[in-house]
Amino acid sequence: MYNFEYNRPASLDDALKALSSGDEVKLMAGGMTLIPTLKQRLAQPSKLVDLSGVAELKGITVEGNAVVIGAMTTHATVAASAEVAAKIPALTKLAHGIGDPQVRNRGTLGGSISNNDPAADYPAALMALGATVTTNKRQLAADDFFAGMFTTALEEDEIVLKVSFPIPEKAAYAKFAQPASRYALVGVFVAKTAGGARVAVTGAGEDGVFRVAAFEDALSKNFSAAALDGIAIPAEGLNSDIHGAADYRAHLIGVMAKRALQAAG
Amino acid sequence: MSATGIGASVRRKEDLRFLTGRGNYTDDINRPGQTHAYILRSPHAHAKIERLDISSAQAAPGVIAIFTGKDMAADALGGLPCGWQIHSRDGSPMKEPAHPPLVIDRVRHVGDQIAVVIAETLGQAKDAAELIEVDYAPLPAIAHPGKALASAAPQVWDEAPGNLCYDWVIGDEAEVDAAIKGAHHVTRIELTNNRLIPNAMEPRAAVGEYDRSTGDYTLYTTSQNPHVIRLLMGAFVLHIPEHRLRVVAPDVGGGFGSKIYHYAEEAIVTWASAKVNRPIKWTAERSESFITDAHGRDHVTTAHLAMDKDGKFLAFKVETIANMGAYLSTFAPCVPTYLYATLLAGVYTTPKVFANVKAVFTHTVPVDAYRGAGRPEATYLIERIVSQAAREMGLDQAELRRRNFIKREQFPYQTPVALVYDSGDPGGCMEKALKLADYSGFEARRKEAAARGKYRGIGFSTYVEACGIAPSAVVGSLGARAGLYECGQVRVHPTGSVTVFTGTHSHGQGHETTFAQLVSDKLGIPIENVDVVHGDTAKVPFGMGTYGSRSLAVGGVAIDRAMDKVIAKAKKIAAHLLEAAEADIVFENGEFSVAGTDRKKAFGEISLAAYVPHNYPITELEPGLEETAFFDPLNFSYPGGAHLCEVEIDPDTGVTQVINFTAVDDFGRVINPMIVEGQVHGGVAQGIGQALLEACVYDEEGQLITGSFMDYTMPRADNLVSFTLDTHNVPAPDNPLGVKGCGEVGAIGSPPAVINAVIDALSPLGITDISMPATPPKVWQAIRSARPPLAAE
Repeated sequence: MYNFEYNRPASLDDALKALSSGDEVKLMAGGMTLIPTLKQRLAQPSKLVDLSGVAELKGITVEGNAVVIGAMTTHATVAASAEVAAKIPALTKLAHGIGDPQVRNRGTLGGSISNNDPAADYPAALMALGATVTTNKRQLAADDFFAGMFTTALEEDEIVLKVSFPIPEKAAYAKFAQPASRYALVGVFVAKTAGGARVAVTGAGEDGVFRVAAFEDALSKNFSAAALDGIAIPAEGLNSDIHGAADYRAHLIGVMAKRALQAAG
Repeated sequence: MSATGIGASVRRKEDLRFLTGRGNYTDDINRPGQTHAYILRSPHAHAKIERLDISSAQAAPGVIAIFTGKDMAADALGGLPCGWQIHSRDGSPMKEPAHPPLVIDRVRHVGDQIAVVIAETLGQAKDAAELIEVDYAPLPAIAHPGKALASAAPQVWDEAPGNLCYDWVIGDEAEVDAAIKGAHHVTRIELTNNRLIPNAMEPRAAVGEYDRSTGDYTLYTTSQNPHVIRLLMGAFVLHIPEHRLRVVAPDVGGGFGSKIYHYAEEAIVTWASAKVNRPIKWTAERSESFITDAHGRDHVTTAHLAMDKDGKFLAFKVETIANMGAYLSTFAPCVPTYLYATLLAGVYTTPKVFANVKAVFTHTVPVDAYRGAGRPEATYLIERIVSQAAREMGLDQAELRRRNFIKREQFPYQTPVALVYDSGDPGGCMEKALKLADYSGFEARRKEAAARGKYRGIGFSTYVEACGIAPSAVVGSLGARAGLYECGQVRVHPTGSVTVFTGTHSHGQGHETTFAQLVSDKLGIPIENVDVVHGDTAKVPFGMGTYGSRSLAVGGVAIDRAMDKVIAKAKKIAAHLLEAAEADIVFENGEFSVAGTDRKKAFGEISLAAYVPHNYPITELEPGLEETAFFDPLNFSYPGGAHLCEVEIDPDTGVTQVINFTAVDDFGRVINPMIVEGQVHGGVAQGIGQALLEACVYDEEGQLITGSFMDYTMPRADNLVSFTLDTHNVPAPDNPLGVKGCGEVGAIGSPPAVINAVIDALSPLGITDISMPATPPKVWQAIRSARPPLAAE
């Protein structure tokens, strides 16, 4: 990697100050994508602001009808949380299925959604549960937060503080892992929420995570796998690579959605 | 059997240091004044270098030197040599293009070496490398072996027209054609043996050091055969005589063949260490390993199997195109010929076999031996076509094999393709495997799976392989440019402890334990009193190294022979001390006694006398107790067995899950059953990897698409199943220890069992072919094509 200045603030204020201290300043959460990128010399920040010392960004609470998770909470912490398991077990399963133990012990919710890898798991959960992202500047609905592959609505001086997940009636996540990377080739998160059924797909879309209106309409009437019979997902706009062509991914969206629905009960 | 002797599952002595992180690998070695090398590599599969300017880079901070191919040429260095020469059917020698460690003006695969930057730190070397200016004129590239011979294909070498390295044959083509023509039934198959990337856990590394005061060079390297590297690099590339060149291969974290070969980086750091007069370290990054470690397999084959009305095999004709990559790696030419075609009779009495192998150059990483080397390719072909023949003939898989097996009493068996199998019992192995796998209950399991919506299948592989790679006279007549014996030295210390020096190299195989067991067993001393040394040309007299499952079958026998010499000398000493005739001395359980009396001397008393020869037959015998033996066997070693794989396929996703894997193998005499089982585990895991997961993909421009673990799928624990393993051992008469190789059989026997199981599972749909690896989208697509989707899907 290239040389850079390393900064590890202990408070959000200091982090924001560090973030605005130069042109090529980069935030680092768990670093699970950023560090490999640096090692391959694909990024050259002038300064790295490591958020791991900012205690106020960590933790899990239940607030009213929502589970609120701090941006710097690791996947392992979410996977082990009794509150999460009691309120949104689908999220427990999702967090437990990210990467491997090393990744889960370093990687964070905030890092994952800010990076918005098109095959990451968390974006599907935020979209399907109708989560709200709180930053130092504003609150954003998940639908407005994700803005295409590796792109979000975040501005340069904006840091994700926490994510509020409304507790659904039922929810489940089913992931078909790309066999080499174990990222989602297709991951489908289904949720029965107060506002109707929501279905979000990660891994498959050329523009990253997306919702499936046809599934949501059918499931809002009948939240069961059988409700999806006969609804085909078009291959247009889906990824094709050596691990699966677009038509395979389109097919898997239906298969994984049904498996998620069966798991959701 | 003693607790530490032959046949005991002694825990591996080496594991304490490996499991506690105290192994000493090449990258752990740091020499005083050490510098770091970074190698600038080609991003193009094929390009002319029109301009190479290192001037800005030379001025970068920390840079000590930058060398290019021209600098190496100016020192009149040789190219990386090929250790095996094949002749084409017309008698002409194979095309053998020059392979300079750094290219001069043309790159021929992504990863080809262009320049080396030597700097105080690795970061500085990388920074400087970014300042090297290279103007490439990209040229068209060819990556796929099946397309390399086409008339319009881009040419890799001017001296190899049509990209043909050699066009080799074995057997009588006219005879085989005639048998095929008159046959009751001919089964035809076309298949690909997929290219694999080895991915040893430890990446390659090399540290070169030059001592100006003595003129001695030392190379620390990740090698399976340090003496071979010393020979190849010293004699052919750098022109350094053996006594001035020490090669050390310390702990090595896996090789699987990829660390046999002499690589450019070894020559570069050794040569450059004298140029800069400081030690130089180079360690591959994982992404470098993908584009520089020799790959494996990569065959495209068409074959015909002729049968009579009873399914008796009459003739087998094979036409194979084998990818050599851009350059000939050390042993590449022998893999698709003498390690492949000589095995095409398999475990069957097929009387006539003919094979034609065309080796081709492509703009890809060189291809060479990878765990099994030629024998997995042969076994995959034979067992696929035999299984297909059984389906076409309407015969049970076991029954067709029974009708064609070489029977136990027919050994030694002369095949029509040169080899003489010394022993084996293919039928015995298969019958035992059928019982273990509950073959008779399979159809019930298939039905039960179908009720759950899954396709279940069972696949067979009954195989033999030729390993214990040795007989020097034989391999010499087949084109090897080296002998393939092995050396063992047994040094008995004054108090009776023993150090064994072996020319083989352990990089995961457990030699430090297995060889110590040989000594403990034969000399009757505790295993703790035995140490095994390998991997250093300054310590071990000589050796050809470890590959081709040869360490025990060849190197173990050399140690055994050295012990014979030790015992013979010790008996003379004992006879003197016991005042008896030498012929009356009996050596048993670590004690020398006079037959028929209670007079005896312990092993340690004899060794002490040898080194403190106060009372010693000094006029007849030298002091000391240390002996060396070289062993060159008269035949290969022929392990074999039966692998049965049971899979279930999920039609919704195309995912194949291995449900049961049963292997019954014949290893002759087993020294350490636990280590042997571990070798089978690893080999089967790699075989399942090849069959279901590992796809090495080059695009049309010769770019490696699967250049990292993000895209190249290595087998992991959750892809596997708990294996059911057993043995059916027939001691090897042609091996003095009765042993057979075991390191490669898992990777040789298993892939066809897995794919045959997949095809069996899908056979109700009329599917007769699935290529390796049987990935989920491939299987899903096959199901979809065979069974049009229902309207609701």
